[in-house]
Amino acid sequence: MKILDGLYYTREHEWLKVEGETAHIGITDFAQHALGDIAYVELPEIGSEFAAGDVFGAIESVKAVSELFMPVSGTVTERNDAVEEDPALLKDDAFGNRLITVSLKDPFAPGALLDAAAYRELTEKESGE
Amino acid sequence: MSAYVPNTRSDREHMLDVIGAASLDELYRDIPAGLRLKGDLTLGKPLSEAELYRELGAIAEKNTGAERLVCFLGAGAYDRLIPSAIKYLTSRSEFYTAYTPYQPEISQGTLQAIFEFQTMIASLTGMDAANASMYDGASACAEAVLTAVRHTGRRAVLVSRAVHPETREVIETYARAGGIALSDIPLKDGVTDAAALSSLLSDDTACVVAQSPNFFGLIEDISALEGPTHARKALLVACVTDPLSLAVLESPGRQGADIAVGEGQSFGTALNYGGPYLGFMAAKAPLMRKLPGRMVGQTLDLEGRRAFTLTLQTREQHIRREKATSNICSNQGLNALTAAIYLSLLGGEGLREAAEQSMKKARYLQKRLERIGIKPLFDGPFFDEFAVKLPADAREANEMLLRNGILGGYPLADALPGAGYPADDRAALFCVTEKRTKEEMDRLVSLLAERKGAGK
Amino acid sequence: MSRHYDKLIFELSSEGKTGYRLPASGIEDEGPYGIPEKLLRTEAPLLPQVSEPEAVRHYTRLSRENYGLDGGMYPLGSCTMKYNPKFNEDAAAMPAFSGLHPYLPEAAAQGALRIMYELDRMLSEITGMAKFSLQPAAGAQGELAGLMIFKAWHESRGEGRRRRIIVPDSSHGTNPASAAEAGFEVVQIASAKDGTVDKAALGAALNEDVAGLMLTNPNTLGLFERDILRIAEMVHGAGGLLYYDGANMNAIMGVARPGDMGFDVIHLNMHKTFSTPHGGGGPGAGPLGVREDLIRFLPRPTVAKRGDVYGLDFGGAESIGRLKSFYGNFGVLLKAWCYIKMLGAEGLKEASQNAVLNANYIKESLKGLYKLPYDRPCMHEFVFDGLASGAPGVKTLDVAKRLIDLGFHPPTVYFPLIVENALMIEPTETESLADLDAFIAAMERIAREATAAPELLKEAPQSAPVRRVDELRAAKSPVLKWTEDEE
Repeated sequence: MKILDGLYYTREHEWLKVEGETAHIGITDFAQHALGDIAYVELPEIGSEFAAGDVFGAIESVKAVSELFMPVSGTVTERNDAVEEDPALLKDDAFGNRLITVSLKDPFAPGALLDAAAYRELTEKESGE
Repeated sequence: MSAYVPNTRSDREHMLDVIGAASLDELYRDIPAGLRLKGDLTLGKPLSEAELYRELGAIAEKNTGAERLVCFLGAGAYDRLIPSAIKYLTSRSEFYTAYTPYQPEISQGTLQAIFEFQTMIASLTGMDAANASMYDGASACAEAVLTAVRHTGRRAVLVSRAVHPETREVIETYARAGGIALSDIPLKDGVTDAAALSSLLSDDTACVVAQSPNFFGLIEDISALEGPTHARKALLVACVTDPLSLAVLESPGRQGADIAVGEGQSFGTALNYGGPYLGFMAAKAPLMRKLPGRMVGQTLDLEGRRAFTLTLQTREQHIRREKATSNICSNQGLNALTAAIYLSLLGGEGLREAAEQSMKKARYLQKRLERIGIKPLFDGPFFDEFAVKLPADAREANEMLLRNGILGGYPLADALPGAGYPADDRAALFCVTEKRTKEEMDRLVSLLAERKGAGK
Repeated sequence: MSRHYDKLIFELSSEGKTGYRLPASGIEDEGPYGIPEKLLRTEAPLLPQVSEPEAVRHYTRLSRENYGLDGGMYPLGSCTMKYNPKFNEDAAAMPAFSGLHPYLPEAAAQGALRIMYELDRMLSEITGMAKFSLQPAAGAQGELAGLMIFKAWHESRGEGRRRRIIVPDSSHGTNPASAAEAGFEVVQIASAKDGTVDKAALGAALNEDVAGLMLTNPNTLGLFERDILRIAEMVHGAGGLLYYDGANMNAIMGVARPGDMGFDVIHLNMHKTFSTPHGGGGPGAGPLGVREDLIRFLPRPTVAKRGDVYGLDFGGAESIGRLKSFYGNFGVLLKAWCYIKMLGAEGLKEASQNAVLNANYIKESLKGLYKLPYDRPCMHEFVFDGLASGAPGVKTLDVAKRLIDLGFHPPTVYFPLIVENALMIEPTETESLADLDAFIAAMERIAREATAAPELLKEAPQSAPVRRVDELRAAKSPVLKWTEDEE
């Protein structure tokens, strides 16, 4: 299971890559494994504003829906249309295919987000269950 | 012992043995004693088929032969020709005793018929996709409003006064629950006033709802509503109470509507005293994943053969629960099958012929009525329903017609004030379908003429 | 089942054919229709041109690719696929009923109105409620209307702040979906270890923001909520109302009544409990019943009797309004009326008792081979949690699909959600002992095959008109209609 250092993670398995005042958001390799075959990815429109913890979209398999949670507060500046076109991209490389890019509302602070080590621990615990 | 329970006394004893229970009552031991009924329900004795047939026959007679009336009544329910083949096909128990097609491998019949239905509805309405059907036209329209509210994130809805009053009531019921603010779009000359629309639209408007042919039988120019609606990024919902009209009239899709909903009873379903009927819903591609209800999609089976299955199920209540696009979990499966068979039998040409005969006959009646001084209420173009002003109270005229075996037009008195017209007890909406004959119309005209002569 | 027939009706079409000839209009052409050019259709609709024999053969062939209840057992838990008496079909097809226009003067529709009035009275007696509205077109619409009544009642008492509806995690998906559609916030509570309502969790969730609790009883595990009176007391004590999802009413007809249990509002599914056919997905009917002081909120119209005359009652200002056009799915309601008349009080009770007997018989016969998470007397249905001896790689879905090869419709799978590998079995009272035994034998055989020949399960079905279908493909790039270039 791939986990990249230098990124931040949510307990709901989103990753966050901060670059100054913007951040990229995607789902983790762990998440895509858990989801199985992905049928559809629903992404927000550019310009949508979200607070940390808000649902910003959803990933659907044939008979399940997983909501996507915002790791930070911000405004959507880009959406990865390619993933919407071909959800299988997430299966190939969940970290290489971000879902959205946001401009941060506040200067970045990790808060309750996990670092790679803490996230690794979480996934080990969850897959042990 | 009823004829529908096969277990014999000895079967039951054997089964109780296997279960390890002494009696049927013991199986109910989880129900607190205080809640168990002591005596029998007050429902009367079981009846045999023969007895029930007699009782039902006597009750049916109280309908005073209403099924034999010559029907000039429409207003949302249409007395049309129904091909005999429909009854025999929909009576096949493989269709009507099947459940919702959750197991596609043994439900290809239902699934493919719905896929055909979806294709026909999408084409007739000029839309990219249709669902597997809704309860009826009115509730489909209310669900379209909810879809638009969800899609736009806005909570105001504009509804034309010329939408069927019962549809408007259903929209109100759903809107009240959903905290949606409804406003009316007024009429001009009996049709939705496109000029007034612009001033009513705002950035809170989720959608505009209009109907064509409208409640007064007039054909609306849906395309005139499209510009102002889309300028405000609101959706245009077109309601079609009689889709036979789509054989000759421009489709809602081509006129710029985003969602088309309607009542499909005209396509082979009997009048049934108001139900079950057939709601339909179709939409442009961007709304496909936002629609309520079942949808059937084409795919392949393991061996690469074409196959059909329920799809986009993540929209639905059994998966998304409170976040579903709707709580709806059935469709009008058998009525959708009926419509598919009806449309297959008539085909494009037959459908056009039925629509043209309806128009032709409606015009014949309208002109004959005009000759005896019964004038139309509105000047605009109509499909096969038209409003007139009778010489006397419409309800009284209907009583006279009823005595003569004719079901007269819908009394419009109550509907007119809402539409911006003075209440008039003499106003009535007549409907002439392809089923009516020249002789029937001539008789109607002569009865009304006699009355006019006698009354004045 | 027949060989796969794979033509769409559009692919049979040729110019110049028709399957229905209209009579000549008899009207001399009197000129143009007076419709402006811009309002006329510009593109012909995509409809097939076929002859009647071709259309009949096409849809007959399609029907053969369907599994219907008349063809065999359909043990779909929660869906109640009981036999559909044929007399009911004849009754609904009588022209004296099927030919009635909904806007007939009431005096000319006394028979139809009487059927509706009597059905309301009979359903009220069976459930212990005061009055029914027959308007809802299906159970889900009944639920929605019932929750609108919750809201109206609270608002009438100045308690409009009650915005929450509690549902157990074992509930039907329609419950939370209906609550959301009625404008409520949904609070889901976990079930207790024995599968019934966790009263501690309920107590914790109840407060002055709660409008009510939705409950199915017997619940979706087929278990009767033994503490229903206590639950009703808790909900009412907290100022809430109790909703009865009538999906499982077929287990307790003539045995116990929701009205006596403390339920305030209830819907019934005519196509489950009262034997009307499911029609491959509908039409159904979902009458809505209430206790006395909630009658004023019922959806309009209801049917009233004044002296010897039956009439539509459009209610007062407090009615939640209209749910659909006209008066409900009359054709379906008529079939339910026939069913109740034919069975009478004793027949309804006998139906429920035998439904419970049949379910317990299957449960006890198979519980060694399949995991039974809640081992107590069940009502009309019960839930297994997959195979008892876990066969590696064999899923509940595989068991279900293998049943198709052995001639049965599969049970409901993966519902309720609280049982991971749920197989929810409801035989109904209309199956014979011989058919129950055949089903048990098939399930035993599948349990053996799961370890001895698991590929038989994983590759099932092999004898159906099609093999397993690619649902992912269907959802990924949806093809929802036929297009001409496909040929």
